[in-house]
Amino acid sequence: MSEATHPDYLECLLKSWQAKPAESLSWLNQLRAQAIDRVSTQKLPTKRDEEWRFTDISSLTRLPYRPSQPDSNLHIQDIQHLFLDEVKNRLVFVDGHFSRQLSVIANPAFTIGNLPELLSTHAPILESHLGQYARFDSNVFTALNTAFLRDGAVIIAPKNTVVAEPIHVLFIATQSEVTHYPRCLFIGESGSRVTLIEDYAALEKAAYITNAITEISLAANARAQHIRLQRESTQAFHLANCAVSLAHASNYQSISIALGSRISRYNLDVRLTDEAAECVVDGLTVISDRQLADTHTCIDHSKPGGTSHQLHKCIADDTAHAVFNGKIIVRPHAQRTNSSQSSRNLLLSKTAQVDTKPQLEIFADDVKCSHGATVGQLDQEEIFYLRSRGLSEKAARNLLTYAFGAEIISRIPVTSLRQQLEQAVLDQTQSNSL
Amino acid sequence: MIIENSPTILSVQGLRASINGTEILKGIDLTVRSGEIHAIMGLNGSGKSTFAKVLAGHSAYEVTGGIIQFEGKNLLELPPEERARAGLFLAFQYPIEIPGVANTQFLRLAYNTVQAQRGKEELDPLEFDDFVREKMKLLEMKPDFLDRSVNEGFSGGEKKRNEILQMALLEPKLSILDETDSGLDIDALKIVASGVNRLTNKDNATILVTHYQRLLDYIVPDFVHIMQAGRIVMTGGKELALELETRGYDWISANKQQAMAGVRA
Repeated sequence: MSEATHPDYLECLLKSWQAKPAESLSWLNQLRAQAIDRVSTQKLPTKRDEEWRFTDISSLTRLPYRPSQPDSNLHIQDIQHLFLDEVKNRLVFVDGHFSRQLSVIANPAFTIGNLPELLSTHAPILESHLGQYARFDSNVFTALNTAFLRDGAVIIAPKNTVVAEPIHVLFIATQSEVTHYPRCLFIGESGSRVTLIEDYAALEKAAYITNAITEISLAANARAQHIRLQRESTQAFHLANCAVSLAHASNYQSISIALGSRISRYNLDVRLTDEAAECVVDGLTVISDRQLADTHTCIDHSKPGGTSHQLHKCIADDTAHAVFNGKIIVRPHAQRTNSSQSSRNLLLSKTAQVDTKPQLEIFADDVKCSHGATVGQLDQEEIFYLRSRGLSEKAARNLLTYAFGAEIISRIPVTSLRQQLEQAVLDQTQSNSL
Repeated sequence: MIIENSPTILSVQGLRASINGTEILKGIDLTVRSGEIHAIMGLNGSGKSTFAKVLAGHSAYEVTGGIIQFEGKNLLELPPEERARAGLFLAFQYPIEIPGVANTQFLRLAYNTVQAQRGKEELDPLEFDDFVREKMKLLEMKPDFLDRSVNEGFSGGEKKRNEILQMALLEPKLSILDETDSGLDIDALKIVASGVNRLTNKDNATILVTHYQRLLDYIVPDFVHIMQAGRIVMTGGKELALELETRGYDWISANKQQAMAGVRA
């Protein structure tokens, strides 16, 4: 397998970049220009880069996908099956482009909309947050997304606003051989409370590239539940970065589910920038065939009294390959940090592979940190227990596999989504397992 | 209860079994008739838990000789699930935990699987809920027990009660209780024992596998068998367990012959 990067891959992409957004704002144009500068000085990562050593994306360079063009042929009935009953506000992006007719904005007590529309009314707040968390100095994909930044989901929850219903941001891929650049910005002002569902789905088995960025900023005492669902086409590349910044006593709860894509890479960076911030970062990967799903998380405790808990699970069948790299940083002043991390992995076939790497960098002495990782197959004693209750071997295996994933899914606070996912995991594990 | 001429449920003759090439069971003979309660006692390593698992069909053990007839069927030909559906039940010494599956889902799945096999009607979640709650009273179980994941975070006593609840739901012909008393305090032991006593009747049979006599104060056996080194070396009535309690297992070796002439040849 060649790791050589096609030399002009990035060049091809850059040629398609044009510095002329309709809503020219100097700060935004500047951001885009800085990003394009960074792209031209960087290279695509290869397996020789430590951060990418399990994930070979060289095949990406054989497909110099052009940025997608807006295509508004989609009707509501085409995507209705992806909707969630509890949702009152939904933003829909088709191939990265905002679709007004597929979106529903129920005149809420908070700001929600597409980035270009909000630039005139919310310029100062957007300027102070957009591009401030997902830094592009050393990440070529973040730089590319920022360079191509145009549409994007923006949600701003004002001070002390509690939004009862979850907000659904749905990115739908319809075209083959294009690259899209989804972008989300979520700002939770102090004391606000929101549930956000970030959802990547495809309507066909198309090959395309998603290069997504999400930025989340929680002010003091704000709370956010962030459910991220990657159910892209199994021929797609999904490269995503999510950067979260947590202020004093804020609380961030994240559940990331990865089911789709031929190759996916999700980087989640959570920074606890002030005292007593809390986060729960859970993940579930369920893959089969030749899928590769790589999750890199970094939880960075920089101030005292922070808490982070993480449970990441992978189920890999056939020749699928799952990667989990969980970095926890506890900086020198971050005393009384309480952090736990657990990586649990289930291999359903002899040829499936999991690489899991806890990475703890602790520079404070008064901390409580635990971590553990397991990789295994279904337990023979567990199978025997279920068979001794009358279940067939197949039913026993299916139930145990399902249960392994259901532990994460059961934590999702949105009933209809939980049901969709339970069914999806059921379908995937039952059709593929032995 | 010993009933004259009651039908044989289980007949084991010359059973030998090994694990990883090491022979654990070295020729076991045992006949269990309808209505009877048998206790199998022995020290750790005597093979009594292995015997229980071999009866239930655990694949780690290789049966190298002998026959097992269960209600006239050749049990050794059946995989574990078919033994369960045929009416054989093993209450585990260490019941497994299944995080992510609600106890009620699991219980209903097991119940309906066995019901379907017997040509009886399956229950939907609501019907099952009523049914299982009634059975739970038998074991003084709290209702939240249904919503929790299977055995996850259960105390030792709760796990054992959950085993007996499954026995109550599945209504087996033959129940094998493997060290059901281990890890139970006296109150839990009484609840579990009274549950078992209410489930035994003239049409089914029970094998209690235990190390200690204590359980037998509450579930009174008709026969007591002592296992040593993979064989039943002594068989007697319930008084044998008491004698064992006072004299210890050392006494067995010296008196094997005498007791082998036991209650039933």
